[in-house]
Amino acid sequence: MSNYRMHVMVCAGTGCEAAESKIIIENFKEELKLKGYDQEIQVVKTGCFGFCGQGPIVKIQPDNVFYVKVTPADVKEIIEEHIIKGRRVERLLFEDPKEKVKLEKHDNMDFYKKQYRIALRNCGFINPEDIEEYIAFEGYEALGKVLTEMQPEDVIEIVKASGLRGRGGGGFPAGVKWGFTKNSPGDEKYVICNADEGDPGAFMDRSILEGDPHSILEAMAIAGYATGANSGIVYIRAEYPLAIKRLEIAIDQAREMGLLGENIFESGFDFDIILKLGAGAFVCGEETALIHSMEGCRGEPTKKPPFPAESGYRGKPTTVNNVETLANVCPIILKGSEWFSSIGTETSKGTKVFALAGKVNNVGLVEVPMGTTLREIIFEIGGGICDGKKFKAVQTGGPSGGVITEKDLDTPIDYESIKEIGSMMGSGGMIVMDEDNDMVEIAKFYLDFTQDESCGKCTPCRIGTKRMYEILERLTNLEGDMEDLEKLVDLGNMIKDTALCGLGQTAPNPVLSTMRYFPEEYEAYAKREKTKSYRIDPEKCIGCTLCAKACPVNCITGKVKEAHVIDESACIACGACFTVCKFDAVIKP
Amino acid sequence: MAIKSLDELKKIRDASKKKVDLREKGESTDNMIELLVGMATCGIAAGARETMKALNDAIEEAGLDNVKVIQVGCMGYCHSEPTVQASIPGKEPILFGNVDVDTAKNIIDKYIISGELLDDHVLNRTFRKA
Amino acid sequence: MKNTKGKFVDLDTKKLDIEKLKELDAYIESLEDKEGNLIHVLHKGQSLFGYLPENLQLYIARKIGLPASKVNGVVSFYSFFTQKPRGKHTISMCMGTACYVKGADKIFDAFKAELNVGNNEMTEDKMFTLKDIRCVGACGLAPVVLVDDKVYGHVTVEQVKEIIDKYRKED
Repeated sequence: MSNYRMHVMVCAGTGCEAAESKIIIENFKEELKLKGYDQEIQVVKTGCFGFCGQGPIVKIQPDNVFYVKVTPADVKEIIEEHIIKGRRVERLLFEDPKEKVKLEKHDNMDFYKKQYRIALRNCGFINPEDIEEYIAFEGYEALGKVLTEMQPEDVIEIVKASGLRGRGGGGFPAGVKWGFTKNSPGDEKYVICNADEGDPGAFMDRSILEGDPHSILEAMAIAGYATGANSGIVYIRAEYPLAIKRLEIAIDQAREMGLLGENIFESGFDFDIILKLGAGAFVCGEETALIHSMEGCRGEPTKKPPFPAESGYRGKPTTVNNVETLANVCPIILKGSEWFSSIGTETSKGTKVFALAGKVNNVGLVEVPMGTTLREIIFEIGGGICDGKKFKAVQTGGPSGGVITEKDLDTPIDYESIKEIGSMMGSGGMIVMDEDNDMVEIAKFYLDFTQDESCGKCTPCRIGTKRMYEILERLTNLEGDMEDLEKLVDLGNMIKDTALCGLGQTAPNPVLSTMRYFPEEYEAYAKREKTKSYRIDPEKCIGCTLCAKACPVNCITGKVKEAHVIDESACIACGACFTVCKFDAVIKP
Repeated sequence: MAIKSLDELKKIRDASKKKVDLREKGESTDNMIELLVGMATCGIAAGARETMKALNDAIEEAGLDNVKVIQVGCMGYCHSEPTVQASIPGKEPILFGNVDVDTAKNIIDKYIISGELLDDHVLNRTFRKA
Repeated sequence: MKNTKGKFVDLDTKKLDIEKLKELDAYIESLEDKEGNLIHVLHKGQSLFGYLPENLQLYIARKIGLPASKVNGVVSFYSFFTQKPRGKHTISMCMGTACYVKGADKIFDAFKAELNVGNNEMTEDKMFTLKDIRCVGACGLAPVVLVDDKVYGHVTVEQVKEIIDKYRKED
């Protein structure tokens, strides 16, 4: 049995690897062997520490000492001083930029971890199908406190004071919303959890429901107590079968323990929750559309007012909160509004969960305090762009948002600042794009989505987005002209001003924002100068036929040992030929 | 069993409190080792069910009776699914990524039994929590 | 009877499988608010019959006491409901944004070419239905293809034929 007494953990994330972490690993292994320690001390390559600015990073376990900006030349000193003599190498410790003190232990550096998990606090830590595990992590204590020690008004005050705003995209203060419902007269009221996560590329709500379903049930019961509702409904996408199953289990367990149902905590308060399934319609994320869908109708939005707080589900006062919003409620009740409002920026309190995806190394679900910059999210937590390519843009807010470019990467992100730079917070999808992505195609992709998802009720959205899509189609088929660009802008602005609901009003955003930041790409299409297909350099091609075999649409022809040709009209630009060619003969568009 | 008061709730919490210490800091009063497997949709899509089965098989094969495998939700490391957190009492919890069937077996045979870490499969917790 | 597109529509509810209808009836009976749960009834219908043909929509409308136009309006509104029969296997290409920026459209084109069908169509041999779906949330594995419930991640154009062949061989 080999028993290592110590581990040297070296970051092999992309950032650190670029800064020679591979050589550092080699040096450690060689030096330890030389000194005869290789049987007691193991050198391990690890994933990213999310601290790329300070890389390469070396952590010594079990001492939990964390060295930053290590160079291959430092290895010998670390071994001789730390590993053999047990003394810290002071100069390689991280220095607190404010206090000017050296921090040696990873635990002490918690403050410097970019991520702070409030909504995701239990995800990945507890068994979502076991209520006792949730209770072990302070579960249902907030509900107990609210029901036994607080008046509904106090609950609303705390949520208001915390500054919690709607995480579904709108950013409306949650406490104010609760207050409206409470003050609306009605014998029956409802609390609805909006779990119709429709942004293609955002999955934080699903992760919360799958990883910590009780936190949502508990928060809904608290909202019910605060607003005077006894019924809760989770409106959830049918596409999320696992989340549905875990919610059902959680509801049953909570009922069994008396945490849902009648006379909860013997306070006289009754509250129960049922599920209603959606059936795939992006517009149902809009609260009036969602309510119509819950009533068994087409999910078409209606004019506000009346707001759901006055007349919602079945015409009764209704509060609609997004999953992530609700996930913040219990910690606010337990830790207080001051704790929550101390995190974030002036106007936006707390944290935001982002689904970081696309051309970024560490695709993942991240939760950061409001006010974190996009550069920190993409280049520190996200570990930078895949394959060492160049960052081009990041899309936030999904089909309703816009792109953000290099020049705005250092803007601290909150609801307001992100609007100023031409995008929006949205539900938290964050898609990173590199130099290879064609922005006109991306805009077309989003418009195809909204156009498809338009409910058809109002003309600007139904016909306007269709016309915009046709113009983009014309442009990308190299059949458009410069006038088309003006038409796109005019039409886009008109739809923004006249559409009925949020889906329509924001539908032109991806087009308008890519036009604003990448006008040259649109012009290349408008002037018909853009080439879209791959080509073969006849000088370099030796006629090996590999590309012709790889082509999925059989558009490459040519005889063996003769230069091959790509039929440009049939090429789908998949790049399969480019990948297989061993002679660099295939030219990218 | 119905919970009727905050005190009763806190009793249940205190009874399961050691789970919290083990998972967050690796502190525990008993000898139980816990393996948490990320079983959200994305983890399952990446093969977490097979991983969980492989862990259970390897535990049985090695005849270990102090290791518990528990399904949890998404840990957030989508780039390295399936993910497994191994909490051994007295040690800092270790997060393993890209745990396919072979790696799962290695977690039991090498890490749990011999204390050896798996090269290229160790992830770091990059967050703090409320 | 023909619909607006001139297509023949079969409204004969007697052609529907009696056993499945019994199960659907029992489900509808169990609901207090039948009209408000129309979407749940349709989910049940689709899971029993595999899709929602016009005669089944008419049956449901009569059972609940709603105009058939309202039921069809709801069915056609939501993308989860399908009015066409599906092949033995459904190949779903994730067209979420994360998959798209990683080339999902190219892979979708390759599937179309290989199967010789368009989006939301069934192959002649009734083996496959090809369709695009919105984000399945496995963005870490992008681009993602689902064959029935099995997820294929990091799919490349070269793998398209392999995946199809695997299912062809199984049958």
